[in-house]
Amino acid sequence: MSHFALSRRHLLKGTALAALSVPFSTFAMAEDGTRRLTVAADSEPKNLNPAIVASNGVFYIASKVIEPLAEASFTGADGLEPRLATAWEGSADGLSVTFKLRDGVTWHDGKPFSSADVAFSALEIWKKLQNLGRSVFANLETVDTPDALTAIFRFAKPTPFQLIRNALPVVTSVVPKHLYEGTDIATNPANVKLVGTGPFRLAEYKPGEYYRLTRNDAYWDKTAPKLDEIIYRVLPDRAAAGAALEAEEIQLAAFSAVPLSDLARISKVPGIKVISKGYEALTYQLVVEINHLRKELADLKVRQAIAHAIDRKFVVDTIFLGYATASTGPVPKNAPQFYTADVEAYDFDVAKANALLDEAGYPRGTDGKRFALKLLPAPYFNETRQFGAYLRQALAAIGIEAELVNNDSAAHQKAVYTEHAFDLAIAPPVFRGDPAISTTILVQSGTPAGVPFSNQGGYANAALDEIIKKASETVDEEARTELYKTFQQKVAEDLPLINVAEWGFITVARDTVENVASNPRWAVSNWADTALKS
Amino acid sequence: MKRIAALLRRRLAGAVPVLFIVIAFAFLLLESAPGDAVDAYLVSVGGGDATLAASLRAQYGLDQSTLSRLWLYLAALTHFDLGWSVAFDRPVLSLIGERLPTTLVLMGSATLLSFGLGSFLGIVAASHPGSLRDRLLSMASLTLYAIPGFWLALLLLIVFAVDLRWLPFSGFETVASHKTGLARLADIARHLVLPVVTLSLIYLALYLRVMRAAMGEVWRQDFILFARARGLSARRILWRHVARNALLPLVTVLGLQSAAMLGGSIIIESVFAIPGFGRLAQEAVAGRDAPLLVGLILVSALFVLSINLVVDLLYAWLDPRVGSVEAR
Repeated sequence: MSHFALSRRHLLKGTALAALSVPFSTFAMAEDGTRRLTVAADSEPKNLNPAIVASNGVFYIASKVIEPLAEASFTGADGLEPRLATAWEGSADGLSVTFKLRDGVTWHDGKPFSSADVAFSALEIWKKLQNLGRSVFANLETVDTPDALTAIFRFAKPTPFQLIRNALPVVTSVVPKHLYEGTDIATNPANVKLVGTGPFRLAEYKPGEYYRLTRNDAYWDKTAPKLDEIIYRVLPDRAAAGAALEAEEIQLAAFSAVPLSDLARISKVPGIKVISKGYEALTYQLVVEINHLRKELADLKVRQAIAHAIDRKFVVDTIFLGYATASTGPVPKNAPQFYTADVEAYDFDVAKANALLDEAGYPRGTDGKRFALKLLPAPYFNETRQFGAYLRQALAAIGIEAELVNNDSAAHQKAVYTEHAFDLAIAPPVFRGDPAISTTILVQSGTPAGVPFSNQGGYANAALDEIIKKASETVDEEARTELYKTFQQKVAEDLPLINVAEWGFITVARDTVENVASNPRWAVSNWADTALKS
Repeated sequence: MKRIAALLRRRLAGAVPVLFIVIAFAFLLLESAPGDAVDAYLVSVGGGDATLAASLRAQYGLDQSTLSRLWLYLAALTHFDLGWSVAFDRPVLSLIGERLPTTLVLMGSATLLSFGLGSFLGIVAASHPGSLRDRLLSMASLTLYAIPGFWLALLLLIVFAVDLRWLPFSGFETVASHKTGLARLADIARHLVLPVVTLSLIYLALYLRVMRAAMGEVWRQDFILFARARGLSARRILWRHVARNALLPLVTVLGLQSAAMLGGSIIIESVFAIPGFGRLAQEAVAGRDAPLLVGLILVSALFVLSINLVVDLLYAWLDPRVGSVEAR
């Protein structure tokens, strides 16, 4: 076989390619000497407007063009650094938040940026249309603009400033009022041909091939940007990103575009570095969702048994190859503002799990099985699918027979979140800086069917709902944080779902790319300080 | 000429019901897959509430029944309107128009190469049936045929684009180079070498085997014996008499293969990041984008029908017996 492959190579070498075998190199420098960064992209969002679609897929490209009021930071106060806002303050009654805006900012089309743009974005887009803003700004009533550089958000009900602050990087992308006012916002052409205030302009988009961003010479920070161009190459095949880096066709692949299993090998390639920092504010959680309408799973002892049957260390070491952390509860460790370790722990203990199931009244049958259930792993990540295979084995060890059902994205969404046609499901929800944004919805009752990444397992716990509701209205930061600590304890105690692990993504880049991972949302931040070594 | 006109008439009349069945079937097939375009969209943006989902469904027309949507689609189609892609938020026709040339260039080159090389090697193999050369060629071509396409693609990529750096890594042309004219053509040609070679190597075996088998049959015919008796040279018999007469079944296979190539290019397009038809189809299925998928299948069906028409015409030209039977 090896002999055969060799002869084929020789054959090809000798014939078909001889004419074309000119040494080939693409590089950091384009032919005319521009400083060009080429990165891998795996999706092409149809709506690229981050004010409407606050998702990582959109931010990855759009955050360089359209900026939020503030960005996440390793060093800044409250984990934030200023962008379009320079200062922010909440009133003691929780009914207003005042933003001081940056002076001397212009839109890419040359018009000046002002508080009117912020007011318009907030009231017409974030509150009405944005997937996450609709809940964060649900009680936003008006935005006062006493002058061009001040915007005062006024809420109908007390709204915790802590929540608004934590949500700033994700939900406050500002778009130009003059292009959107009086149009159908959802179908406005500017949703694709972005106009922002960011360090880069969207110059060109060739569907299926690439996005080209060019330097904004009029950027408000005169020391930035440090690149002339960013090219996003659309590489749909996951196996291709690593090879593209080796071939120097791209210089950076974010969001674990290079699969974890390739990292050990590629980290040894000279000139390539593997970076696991820069995703601290984009933590994904590996969660077992439970259908509480199923008789066996409504029993806390059964849920505890399942929690004890999972070897979290194995999951972290073998499935995530060490690039993850075991979870203790619904808030990840790298959200220190809210995290508490003081919760019920479920160590890996198969004997205890078996004992719990016996106690619950589900003895093993003659075939060694207690009962069977359907397990639906989410298809979005390799790791969620692999964990599905692991969980099936882990459950077999305690006498529960799990049937794996694999679906594609749309079918999984329908089966789990609309039709509740599952017993256990594996989900990768995202923790977005504050439990109220996308975490409490995972256990709160009363969400209608059809909403992805929400509690569709029929779990209802009045005490827990009360805590969630209270936290959503508590303005005092300390009291609110305490409520979320209680929330974590209750969830760990009653197990509406089982938190297994939490992970950030991996960036693989050439050594020439500088200032990678300079903030906790780096891949989806503006890359104003990203540079290329010449 | 008359028999060709008759053939054309028959084929065009037969095409309409075929296309209708293809459309209805594709539409209902995607409909039967669980989840709809809104489900796919909500997942891709990381969530959304129930009102958003409901308003999107109304906007996409998904709140109507399957049959009424199929009816609306067919009604629009009579005005040559292929509809609106919900996954891309663009007219289907413009999407297809953008991607079709890419796929045709890729597929056309691969078909030509595999047909040419395959039939040539088939002749070489069949010139001395059972010889070592014949057996080696058969084995080699079958091995290539058995190798999964994506694997062969990745292997060639790693050898020629990563290690040797002779050829560009992927894509249809150098990104954002804004080349024009001949320079652009040369650039595209260089980018197409690896995907075309991959596709050709996979399909080579088919043409080789068919050519070889067909020639085996012709060798046994009386007119070959006669040619021998006339004292023609072995070379002349091989090329002028055997190979020529064996071409007929190969043309049939060519027609059938054109459809398979359209499908096989999905994987190759994805590995080599070429923005073609296959990838569009994959995205249409993942996004439950019925208008786009049906549009793609419709265009593919039209393509296959016309290729087969050309094959039939070719047949009629190569073999006078065929067309005359049809025309009667």
